[in-house]
Amino acid sequence: MPKDGIGASTKRREDIRFLTGNGNYTDDINMHGQTYAHFLRSDIAHGKINNIDTSAASEMPGVLRIFTAADFEEKGGIPCGWQVTDRFGEVMQEPKHPILAEGKVRHVGDPIAVVVAESLEQARDAAEAIELDIEELEPVLNMKEAIKDGATKVHDDLTSNLCYDWGFVEENREAVDEAIKNAHHVTTLELVNNRLVANPMEPRVAVGDYNRSNDEFTLYTTSQNPHVIRLLMGAFVLNIPEHKLRVVAPDVGGGFGTKIFHYAEEAFVTWASKVLNRPVKWTSTRSEAFISDAHGRDHVTKIELALDENHMFTAVRTDTYANMGAYLSTFAPSIPTWLHGTLMAGNYTTPLVYVNVKAVFTNTTPVDAYRGAGRPEATFQLERVVDKAARELGVDPAELRRKNFIKPEQFPYDTPVAVTYDTGNYHATLDKALEMTDYAGFEARAAESKARGKLRGYGLAHFIEACGIAPSNLVGQLGARAGLYESATVRVNATGSISVMTGSHSHGQGHETTFAQVVAEMIGIPADQIDIVHGDTSKVPMGMGTYGSRSIAVGGSAMVRATEKIINKAKKIAAHLLEASEGDIELKDGQFTVAGTDKSLAWGEVTLAAYVPHNYPLESLEPGLEETAFYDPSNFTYPSGAYICEVEVDPDTGKVDILSFTTADDFGNIINPMVVEGQVHGGVAQGIGQAMLENVTYDENGQLLTGSFMDYAMPRASDLPMYSTDHSCQTPCTHNPLGVKGCGEAGAIGSPPAVVNAVIDALQRGGYNVDHIDMPVSPSRVWSAMQKG
Amino acid sequence: MKLTDSREIAAQSQDVWAALLNPEILKACVPGCTEMSGTAEEGFEATVVQKVGPVKATFKGAVTLSDMNEPHSLTLTGEGKGGAAGFAKGGADVKLEPSETGTLLTYDVEAKVGGKLAQLGSRIIDGFAKKMADQFFADFASAVEGDNPADEAPATTEAEEAGAEGDEDKKKGWLKRVFN
Repeated sequence: MPKDGIGASTKRREDIRFLTGNGNYTDDINMHGQTYAHFLRSDIAHGKINNIDTSAASEMPGVLRIFTAADFEEKGGIPCGWQVTDRFGEVMQEPKHPILAEGKVRHVGDPIAVVVAESLEQARDAAEAIELDIEELEPVLNMKEAIKDGATKVHDDLTSNLCYDWGFVEENREAVDEAIKNAHHVTTLELVNNRLVANPMEPRVAVGDYNRSNDEFTLYTTSQNPHVIRLLMGAFVLNIPEHKLRVVAPDVGGGFGTKIFHYAEEAFVTWASKVLNRPVKWTSTRSEAFISDAHGRDHVTKIELALDENHMFTAVRTDTYANMGAYLSTFAPSIPTWLHGTLMAGNYTTPLVYVNVKAVFTNTTPVDAYRGAGRPEATFQLERVVDKAARELGVDPAELRRKNFIKPEQFPYDTPVAVTYDTGNYHATLDKALEMTDYAGFEARAAESKARGKLRGYGLAHFIEACGIAPSNLVGQLGARAGLYESATVRVNATGSISVMTGSHSHGQGHETTFAQVVAEMIGIPADQIDIVHGDTSKVPMGMGTYGSRSIAVGGSAMVRATEKIINKAKKIAAHLLEASEGDIELKDGQFTVAGTDKSLAWGEVTLAAYVPHNYPLESLEPGLEETAFYDPSNFTYPSGAYICEVEVDPDTGKVDILSFTTADDFGNIINPMVVEGQVHGGVAQGIGQAMLENVTYDENGQLLTGSFMDYAMPRASDLPMYSTDHSCQTPCTHNPLGVKGCGEAGAIGSPPAVVNAVIDALQRGGYNVDHIDMPVSPSRVWSAMQKG
Repeated sequence: MKLTDSREIAAQSQDVWAALLNPEILKACVPGCTEMSGTAEEGFEATVVQKVGPVKATFKGAVTLSDMNEPHSLTLTGEGKGGAAGFAKGGADVKLEPSETGTLLTYDVEAKVGGKLAQLGSRIIDGFAKKMADQFFADFASAVEGDNPADEAPATTEAEEAGAEGDEDKKKGWLKRVFN
C-alpha cells in the first residue's frame, strides 16, 4: 500500500503554493491590452430610473465605453437554475434578472452602468460623472408586510412579492394539523435564521478575453463550478455555444456557496471583451462584495413540535418566510424548499411533517446557498425546538433525543419527507460526544463557574444533512434545470504518472491531495505520481462543480469509476504481456501479478506498452490509457453527528464565552482524517460566527448598515475555542463506491443550535426565564433577555 | 435618523428669521460648507466637504425652504450627492418662539444617508449628525447674537474676506463670532 493512500493524514500539497504566495488567483491574471471595468451601483434600495446621462462621463480621460441596460437589450437575463412548483401546482414567479438594471433599481448594489477604461482609477472617476435621475420608491423590506395585498411591488410585472407558497408534504397537511391538535404537548418556537454574508477571503473577480481570430471567448472567474457558468452564461445570457466559450476558475480563495452562482459581472466582462476587442477585468472590492455577493439564510420561522405522553414526537409543523432578495439567484428557490423541507425529520422517527415556505422578494441583495444551504436552517429549528421541549417537559435533552432517534436497525429509513436515509447510527455519535465532553461531570463544572460568578451552560445538537447532491432524475422532478452528476477523466501517461481531470472544483477543500490519495490507493503507486486537474472547461470534460458536500461523494465516485476502467484495460495489457488469462491478473502495490505464479510487471511497464504498443493486442484493444466516467448518484448521502458546546455567560454583561466545542461526526469512510478535521474546524468557525457574531442589518430605507468588517463581525481566533473532533463513528454510505458521505458543511450545520442551546441552558440554570434568543447571541441580546427573564 | 433639540438665541425672532434665509450666514454655519448660493425663494445650492468615519467626500446639493410662516416656522429640505461616497438627505422643521432670552429655536431633524456612507459609516452616523446639527445651530446662534452692535470687536482677516462677499456692514458682527 502507498503510505499516502486512503486513510493517511497527508499534508495538503496545495498549501505549499498558497502559503508561499505562489497561488494563481483570478486577480493574478493580467492580459495584454487589458481594460478595467467599474460598476456604478445603486445607492438606494428601490427606485425608478428616469434617466442615465453618460455624456460627460464618456468624455473623461481613458474612458473606452460606458454601458447601460440599453446595451444589453438583445441579451438574456441572468437565469435561475431551479423552478419550484408551489403547493397549488403553479410554478414560482420568476422575474427577469437583467445584467444591468432596467427601468428600476431593486437593491443597494444593483448595477446601473459600467465604465470600461484604460485604468481602474479612470473608470472610477468617470463613474462619478454619470448623471443619474432616479426617483426613489418605497422599499420593500419586511417579508410579512411584503406579501400583504396592496404592498409595493419589487417587480411591477409580477402579481405580488410572493415568489412561491410551497407546502411539503402537502398531502400530510391535514394529518399534521390533526396530530398537533390532539397532541399531549406542543412546543412552539418562533425564530429568525439570521442573514449572513459569506465573505470568502478572495472577493469575486472576472476577466473576459475574446479572441477575434477564432471567435472564442475565455472567462476567468472566481467560481466553484466553471462548467455551470459556461452553461448558464453561454446558453441563456450571451448565446455563445459551448465550443466557443472556455471558462477557467483557477485557484479560488474560498467559496462557501456564494461563488456557485452566475453573476452579471461575469456575463458583462465576457461580452464587453468582444465589443471592445480587448480583455476586460473586474475585481470586486470588499465593499462591493457586501452588496453584490449573494447573501445566505434569512428565514423567519415558526415551528411546532407535537409529543405524546411518552414524549415521542408525533408531528412537526413549520411556517417559514424565506427572503429571496430582489432577484432570484442561481439556486435560490431550491434552498428553503428541497434542501430544507426534506431535512425536517432530522434524526427522528417523527411520522408526520408539514413544512410551509413562503419565498418573498424584497429590495435587498439576492439570497442563495451559503455553507449548508437550507440544512442549517432545518437543523437550527429542529434542534432548538427539541431542546425547548425537553426543558418544558423537564426531561434530559440528550434522553429526549435518544428516545426519538431512528434506531440503527431501522436503516434504510424512509422519512415522511421523501428521502431515504441509507445508513446512520445516531446513538453512537450522541454517546461519543457525551463521553468526550464528560456529561456526567458537568454539574461540578457548573458549580465551579458559579463560584466565580459565571453561568455555565451545556448545549447539544444532533444533525442530519443530505449531501452528495444529487440524483439527476430526482432533482429534475423537483425542478432543477440541470443534472447533478459528476465526471472525471483519468489520463495515464506513458511513464505511469497520472493526470485526473475532475469536474469537482477545489477552492480550499484540498482535492489535489485527497483525490490523489484515492487513485494512489487503487493503483498502489505513490500519490505524488498523480496530479488533480480542475477548474478549466477546456481540460475537464464536464463538471457540475463543488457545493452541497458533493465532491468526494459524487466527483470522487466518478474518479473511482474512471480509474476502474483504467485498471481493467491495464489488466488486459498486462495479461497480454504476461501471456496469462485476464482473470488471473491482480494489481497490488503498483505491480501486476499472475495469480499463483511469481510472474509480475510493474505499473510503468504496462503503461509504457499502452503508448509504445510494439507488443500489444492491437486487434482487440486500442492503444493509450485514458478513460472518462460520469457518475450519477442513486441517492443523497446522509452525514450526521452530535455537537456539544459548553459556554459561560457573564451575568453582568451578557457576554458569552465558548469554553469548549466538541464534534462527533459520522462521515462514513474517511480519505484524509486531517483534511476532514480541517473542514469541520472551518465549518464550526462559520457556525459559531453565525450564532455569536454575524448579522446582516438593513435600515428602514434598505441601506445595508453592516457593510464592512467594522460592522459585520466575522469570527476571529480569539472568539473560538480549541475544538475536540471525532469521526470514529462510521456507517459507510451504501450506494457510492468509496462509502463516503461528505464533510464540508457539517460544521456549519450542527454548530449554531449547539451554541444557542448552551446559552439558554446557562441562563435557565442561573434562574433566568429565557427560552430563546435569536442569533447572533451578542452580549446586548443576552443581557436584554436576562432583564426580561 | 431623527433628532430634536432646542436652543436659546439672544435675538428677536425677526432677526433669527432673516438669518435663516441668508445664504452667507448659512454658508458660515453649515459645517464644512465651501460654497452656498441662491435665495430663500428659489432655494440654495451648496457644496459641503465632510468626513464621516472613513468616508471623505464633497457633497453637492440643493436646499429648499418651504412651509414658511414668517417669523414663526419653516422647513428646510436638502439633499447632497457625494458621488462614490453616496448621498445624504434630510429635512429640519424649525420653530421660533419668543422667550425671555429672545427667541427659542426648536429643530426637528430627520436625515438619511445612502451608499458607501451608510455602508461604512452607519455605526457613527447618528452621533455625526447630532454633532453637525449642534455645531450648525450653535454657530447660527452666535452669528445671530453677534449682530448686536454692542458685541462688536475687530474683525479677523478671514471674517473680512468672507464678509466682503456679502453685505459687510450687517454681517461683520456674526462673522467675527463664527471665526473666533
